[in-house]
Amino acid sequence: MALTKDEWIKENYPADADRLPQFTTISDVAIDPLYAPDDVAGQSYDERLGHPGEFPYTRGVYPSMYRGKLWTMRQFAGFATAEDTNERFKFLLSQGQTGLSTAFDMPTLMGYDADHARARGEVGREGVAVSSLADMEILFGDIPLDKVTTSMTVNCSASVLLAMYFAMAERRGVPLSKLGGTIQNDMLKEFIAQKEWISPPDPSVRVIVDMIEFCAKEAPRWHAVSISGYHIREAGSTAAQELAFTLADGIGYVQACVERGIDVDSFAPRLSFFFNVHNDFFEEIAKLRAARRMWAKIMRDRFHAKNPRSLLMRTHAQTAGCSLTAQQPLNNIVRVAIQALAGVLGGTQSLHTNSMDETLALPSEQAALVALRTQQIIADETGVTNFVDPLGGSYAVEALTDRLEAEAVDYIRRIDEMGGIVRAIELGFPQKEISEAAYRYQKQLDRGDKIMVGVNKYQMNEGPPLELLRIGNEIERKQVQRIRERKAARDAAAVQSALATVRRAASEATNLMPPIIAAVKHEVTVGEISDVFRDVFGVYRDPAWL
Amino acid sequence: MSLRPLRILVAKPGLDGHDRGAKIIARMLRDAGFEVIYTGLHQTPEMIAAAAEQEDVDAIGLSILSGAHMTLFPDVIDELKKRGIEDVAIFGGGIIPPDDLPELKRLGVKEVFTPGATADDIVAWVRANIHSRGD
Repeated sequence: MALTKDEWIKENYPADADRLPQFTTISDVAIDPLYAPDDVAGQSYDERLGHPGEFPYTRGVYPSMYRGKLWTMRQFAGFATAEDTNERFKFLLSQGQTGLSTAFDMPTLMGYDADHARARGEVGREGVAVSSLADMEILFGDIPLDKVTTSMTVNCSASVLLAMYFAMAERRGVPLSKLGGTIQNDMLKEFIAQKEWISPPDPSVRVIVDMIEFCAKEAPRWHAVSISGYHIREAGSTAAQELAFTLADGIGYVQACVERGIDVDSFAPRLSFFFNVHNDFFEEIAKLRAARRMWAKIMRDRFHAKNPRSLLMRTHAQTAGCSLTAQQPLNNIVRVAIQALAGVLGGTQSLHTNSMDETLALPSEQAALVALRTQQIIADETGVTNFVDPLGGSYAVEALTDRLEAEAVDYIRRIDEMGGIVRAIELGFPQKEISEAAYRYQKQLDRGDKIMVGVNKYQMNEGPPLELLRIGNEIERKQVQRIRERKAARDAAAVQSALATVRRAASEATNLMPPIIAAVKHEVTVGEISDVFRDVFGVYRDPAWL
Repeated sequence: MSLRPLRILVAKPGLDGHDRGAKIIARMLRDAGFEVIYTGLHQTPEMIAAAAEQEDVDAIGLSILSGAHMTLFPDVIDELKKRGIEDVAIFGGGIIPPDDLPELKRLGVKEVFTPGATADDIVAWVRANIHSRGD
């Protein structure tokens, strides 16, 4: 009879031989010297894992996973003007990318037009400038909207950008029912982590519910929200916090929809998720597996979803920007490859691989291409795609999956006790937990307890810097000029009347999407509609907790 | 000679919401014995200069990751001049390409910490280079 795990560790494991005082994941989860059958003893395979495509989907949401269809290779791109980004989109598609993903500039993301004083210095720098429908038409020029799925990363001004995309499709004769894509539209994580906002949490959630309701009826292939842990992790959370706060946000949206009287099975199959894939290889795989299991149980047991598709967590993943280093930037290619492999072994449906130059600037074309090729190498050369959940049943991975789930379930219980995620955000609970974790990790780096190669170990004198993408000031001048001319050329009465209709819908709590779609067709801008939100819903300000 | 601890304003100009670095630096400086005031996100240059004046700070640490540093750093310096407090020292950090450093320093930014600077480096630099404006 073999020894139990504990007996073996006590009797046979040479603890004095350990080269480190303790072994932990990057999130500070202690790692045992051995994982063994004891770690999964007493568990039912059907209840905890299930075959792929079966409840609780720990092993993947589809029976055949990458043997049936590879993940979507979706590289996030956007800079300068709509023309510049359109060109990058076409380049990425020509190189085998299978979906588009749009990065907007900060003014667009915060609900300001390019000609607003707050946009000064920011236009086209962190993404593409889109102030009105005419910009959107240029951005997606020559791109077949019924054939490519598009993701748009935008949150507090998402309703306006989605309205523009829909209006553009209508003009091109593509019915909304044929449009596939995703809009991030996850405001709860904005208050928690990414911090792009216009109005306070309650009205922000109301707009999201409007969009979920509208899409469920009119654009049934569109994902109206992508519930995102990515930014939570980038802000410095642990893996368990990322898991917990993301699912708590998901619970918040489903609860708000159900409270409005929307049938859970009418929208739940189109909820999508977005996770980070950080450095700690097995922890990240475990996190994605735990997320699927938790969501399936939440949808079945908390929300009583009947449609099996409502239980499936389909997710996008992105390698961790915050793990990349300015020092020895070529090393980032290696980090990204390993993180991407964890995303694939974790069973993601879609993936963005970061570019090596991300800590310094937006990606150059060369850097973006290497990042895409990294995914293609994993897909076509490594052979990992021949297997469905090859790590299922690994004692270590299953134990880590259980451990992350337990930690996240405990967080969600505490959030429930506070009265739900909106209340927890108002109290600053997730924000403070993340700040603490970020501070702790920084201290560990400064002490050398955690390692970043090139930063606190293996430092060296740097070679010549990378060729970076530079965005010149002429981009801003051009875009400001363009928006001013466009505004001057509009039918002023139509614009005022369209804005009044949006204002009425905002005040009267009728669905905002139809009047916003009508308004953008008159070239009403992101800034003008956001001003209505500021006026009707109020302005949220950073509580500046340290 | 003044005995009060040095007062540092940690400020986030611009529209981006990346406050992880700013908050860590603010806490590190506070733990190191400085009096730290944190503005929170989305501050205009006018708001930052007004806070610097009201709080009577010795230095301002600007954190920006949106790429707008070549516009917003000079705007903050101009606002300080308008208020006659251009002796407040400015340092900064964020996603700032190395090519931009000479121009920022010429404009009067005392030091710029780019990705890869450790929190300890920044605290040590502040200790060595920031002095009370009253002295």
